[in-house]
Amino acid sequence: MLLAAKGDVDFMIHGLFKYKLFGQEFWITTTHVSILIVMLILLGFAIAANRKMRHGSEVPGGFQNIVELIVEMLDKMVQSSMGRNAGKFMNYIGSIFLFIFVSNISGLFGLRAPTADYGVTLPLGLMTFAIIQYNNVKYNKHRAFTGLFQPLPFLFPINLIGEIAVPFSLSLRLFGNVLSGTVMMSLIYSLLSRFAIGWPGFLHIYFDAFSGAIQTYVFCMLTMVYVTDKLPEEKA
Amino acid sequence: MEGITNEGLILACSAIGAGLAMIAGIGPGIGQGIAAGYGASAVGRNPGAKSDIMSTMLLGQAVAETTGLYGLAIAFILLFANPLLGKL
Repeated sequence: MLLAAKGDVDFMIHGLFKYKLFGQEFWITTTHVSILIVMLILLGFAIAANRKMRHGSEVPGGFQNIVELIVEMLDKMVQSSMGRNAGKFMNYIGSIFLFIFVSNISGLFGLRAPTADYGVTLPLGLMTFAIIQYNNVKYNKHRAFTGLFQPLPFLFPINLIGEIAVPFSLSLRLFGNVLSGTVMMSLIYSLLSRFAIGWPGFLHIYFDAFSGAIQTYVFCMLTMVYVTDKLPEEKA
Repeated sequence: MEGITNEGLILACSAIGAGLAMIAGIGPGIGQGIAAGYGASAVGRNPGAKSDIMSTMLLGQAVAETTGLYGLAIAFILLFANPLLGKL
């Protein structure tokens, strides 16, 4: 009786506004609104950082310190994983790191995390897939295709599935982690509504902050590892 | 006595299927526990490398979690976005 859901356990995505375009019906959903808010936060931060860095001081203080900290951390992460190829990918990896991190954390601030929608994580995975295959073809040319037949030709289906599984496993990992956090927190708030005071904060720390940060790091790390795999090796 | 309707049968079997899909949670639980054990003994052997060991371990555990999440995704799909209902 205490734990019976009175029908207001609500973690689904709601369509908010319907419109027609070229004869097809499209919806504006909760996810669109969440992404808009995340984008505005990131844009505001970027514009403020830009204005601050124009008159940057040699010994940074306050806000400039934070911005430099974030950029150095991202640089170090990409450098440690990609070595000398890092310059070409720092922009992309840094951007998706910030977007996924702020999206995962937005559950703490009352939004329904955009990454809890497969329609957000799948394009992220497919973008990574596109970058991997583009670099594969660019640096290995024809060996990109014949490489699927190494070391033995009958392994071709297995290698092919291994290549195609990359975007799906990346996107499903991120989606599953964030969605399970969202579902758990909404279950706690709706089933224990009278007693959920204060202590859900610790669960938020685990599900939203810790799990969100780890999944961001894992997504970016795996992207870098897959791309570095396809690039030519360093002649030590 | 009226039997079970077609739709009721599909819903009931979907619910059972969702429960069975969550059995996939055993694998990551055991594997990640064993990996955490190895991580702890590695820190014991070499306490100076603690942060390196910890980030390697967390990265490996998050990747190993994936198959458990596949089961969770199937369970959610069966419960909340069941594609089998329309195929009656």
